[in-house]
Amino acid sequence: MILHELIDFEILRVIWWLLLGVLLIGFALTDGFDMGVGALLPFVAKTDLERRQTINTVGPVWEGNQVWFVLGGGAIFAAWPPLYAVSFSGFYLAMFVVLAALILRPVGFKYRSKRESATWRNGWDWALFVGGAVPVLIFGVAVGNVLVGVPFHLTPELLSMYDGPFYSKFFGLLNPFSLLAGVVSLSMLLQHGSAWLALKADGMVETRARNYGPMFGYIAAAGFALAGIWLAVGIDGYAIVSAVVTDGPSNPLLSEVERGGSWLDAYSTRPWIAIAPVLGFVGILMAARSMAGHSDVAPLLWSKLGIFGVISTVGLTMFPFILPSTVDPNSSLTVWDSSSSHLTLFVMLICTLIFMPLILAYTAWVYRVLWGKVTQDDIADNSETVY
Amino acid sequence: MELDVVELSRLQFAMTALYHFLFVPLTLGLSIIVALMETVYVMTNRPIWRQMTKFWGTLFGINFAIGVATGITMEFQFGMNWSYYSHYVGDIFGAPLAIEGLMAFFMEATFVGLFFFGWDKLSKVGHLTVTWLVAIGSNFSALWILIANGWMQNPVGAEFNPVSMRMEMTSFFDVVFNEVAQAKFVHTVSAGYVTASVFVLGVSAWYLLKGRHIELARRSITIAASFGLASALSVVVLGDESGYAATHSQKMKLAAIEGMWHTELAPASFTAIGFPDMEARETHYAIHIPWMMGLIGTRSLTEEIPGIAELVENAEARIKSGIIAYDALEQIRELRDDAPADVRQQFEDHSADLGFAYLLKRYVDDPRTATEKQIALASNDTVPTVWPLFWGFRIMVALGFSFIALMAYFFYRANWKGMTFPRPMLRLAVWMIPAPWIAAELGWFVAEFGRQPWTVDGVLPTVMSVSHLSVADLAITLAGFVTFYSVLFVIEMSLMVKFIRKGPYMDVPETDVWMAKHEHRLRTHDGNVPGANVTPAE
Repeated sequence: MILHELIDFEILRVIWWLLLGVLLIGFALTDGFDMGVGALLPFVAKTDLERRQTINTVGPVWEGNQVWFVLGGGAIFAAWPPLYAVSFSGFYLAMFVVLAALILRPVGFKYRSKRESATWRNGWDWALFVGGAVPVLIFGVAVGNVLVGVPFHLTPELLSMYDGPFYSKFFGLLNPFSLLAGVVSLSMLLQHGSAWLALKADGMVETRARNYGPMFGYIAAAGFALAGIWLAVGIDGYAIVSAVVTDGPSNPLLSEVERGGSWLDAYSTRPWIAIAPVLGFVGILMAARSMAGHSDVAPLLWSKLGIFGVISTVGLTMFPFILPSTVDPNSSLTVWDSSSSHLTLFVMLICTLIFMPLILAYTAWVYRVLWGKVTQDDIADNSETVY
Repeated sequence: MELDVVELSRLQFAMTALYHFLFVPLTLGLSIIVALMETVYVMTNRPIWRQMTKFWGTLFGINFAIGVATGITMEFQFGMNWSYYSHYVGDIFGAPLAIEGLMAFFMEATFVGLFFFGWDKLSKVGHLTVTWLVAIGSNFSALWILIANGWMQNPVGAEFNPVSMRMEMTSFFDVVFNEVAQAKFVHTVSAGYVTASVFVLGVSAWYLLKGRHIELARRSITIAASFGLASALSVVVLGDESGYAATHSQKMKLAAIEGMWHTELAPASFTAIGFPDMEARETHYAIHIPWMMGLIGTRSLTEEIPGIAELVENAEARIKSGIIAYDALEQIRELRDDAPADVRQQFEDHSADLGFAYLLKRYVDDPRTATEKQIALASNDTVPTVWPLFWGFRIMVALGFSFIALMAYFFYRANWKGMTFPRPMLRLAVWMIPAPWIAAELGWFVAEFGRQPWTVDGVLPTVMSVSHLSVADLAITLAGFVTFYSVLFVIEMSLMVKFIRKGPYMDVPETDVWMAKHEHRLRTHDGNVPGANVTPAE
């Protein structure tokens, strides 16, 4: 096939770096609110009817939302195989915890209200709490680790070796900066969940969500600011020191990387990227502020903007790095040396251009069909069919 | 490479995949059956079909939830446990997985919410469309997953890149239209349809035995038997197509399944039953059916099918050729752009056998230093353990034929005997419920175990594919999965049983018009007309 030569390898890599961001942001914007709702469940809803109301605000959509996560995994595999290979095996035990927590969610949603027993239902409510809170926390911690760097090196055959005892594949991730990143992630999506409930629930559930929401927003904003300061003073950045080849075969070992300087140097070479953290702060704080008002939609929209800003900040700050290595900087994965081949990136781009608009269109249609608040009367009337 | 890590990784993959595959076939088939039922409802407006759609839809939902949950594990497990595999073939293998998400899984998961929650929010046709989109999405999912799996069995459209040290795609078209993938897809979805048909048939038979929900059960049997008969026929015919495809691409797997130790004069005979002996390279007490193997495998009377002994010799030659490729590769990697043209040519000529040199990695770090004895050992490794394949395959095929018989019988009774069914046959139908799962799991086993010692046939050995993990890592996750999945299984089964016992939310009678019109057909031998309203809901 010659067709793929139409788009330069270099440009395809940048496009796929952007699409990686789109998928992660899409995941956080959609699955983020239902995970947030899951994590809020025991606190915003006290009675069984309130809990069912809360669960049913996300009942018809969480499954589609979760595909953003699955697709994220698939797209990393297809477009960034070295990233998929290194990160998932390196974060091995953390990934297992995420998987276990995520498996609780589908069964929790489906099975919770299928028996009358209060113990059964309460048990599943806590399962949904874990299924929401734990992955969100770990994703944040993982992003923190990506910024700090991960202790792996590649052999000449490009086998990824994780350096450290096995338990470090979980406990090693829990360094202070990464825990802060986890707190930002968790509080940001708890606010997102609150914003969703402000839109979709009524009565006490909505009131409690509007009460708690701003608190999470302020924690997220403060944590985000603190992380920025920490990056400026306490954490090394990485830089490619050899000549940068942007369209060569993907082999991370071919380029030389040094650890030093600061990630924030990017803001002097590319000042325009400062827009991302600004959007992050504006979105989060405006969401917190509008939560106290009467608008149903505004908190969710602002919260989306905030999440977009925060995730973009991480990507733009690190560009072109994707996964730096602390023990062997030369093994670090960058946009220029850890992608799929030219042809695969091209084929996947075509598929994405065909299917992504369709996905967005039918997802929008589904949300439109389901538009409106979920009330306790709805639950009582359809007790047999809803969650 | 630590062998324990390899074995534990394999065990974990097999366990999680087999577990996931308990739920997938039912999703594939039941989604279509439910959509067919709803289609009848929309076309005829008879409420009983709406009730059937909702009832089977509930069981579909219980199964779907856990199928999705365990599918997430599969999507991420390659990176977690098979990191070198992911690096080595991710350029090709990742693409169909991602397209599965884009094209199929997104559709199925987005609309499944509306299937359950949209009854009052959508028009009848609107809801029917949603149901079909769920069914089509599920089936397209299977297509892309099997394109990925088909590539592991028959790696076409790719070549090795010495700089990035991995396989890279050369033709997307070849990957998608891989004959093995296409044969596997139709075989697998048909198996899913059979599974769901046997399930619907068995559960309905149980209702008839209990004298409950008679109208729902009889109509469900009619649908299940018609759909099941067509599917049971196609699963056998298309399974044969898989066998034909394997003749070209996976000769060793075919020979192992057949316990065919030595090449026979064409057309080869088929060993119906026997006891394969790895040591003696012989199948004891074998009963042969003359010509049959040659006909299935090659569809000719003259083409030979190679036996295991000859394939081992063949592997030995390819290992030796692979060592030449390995040697050239090492030089190219050392000298990079300065590598002389003849070395590059040497690599080009032998790169197709590079994977065979990797088979030696189990015995020696540098394949170039391998002794003749090690080469012989590695050649022998290309033979998968024969007896599980031999027996697994035969049980699967026997079950496949039993489904044809079962479905044909119920199809006949439903259409020509006024929907009356003798009690012993109803009991048999209930007992048959687990059978398609056994057949499906054996099918997976034969396909994947038969590919050993490779993860990607002829390209990457299983021992090289794993992540750099410790036994402790794997012990933790394996114990975790076993515990977690066992608990989930108990919960799933208890809910299934609970909702089957409970039956539909309420019984809906068949319309009087329809009953009057079909009265003659429903009359039983003793002259009774089974009424529509005789069975109250529990």
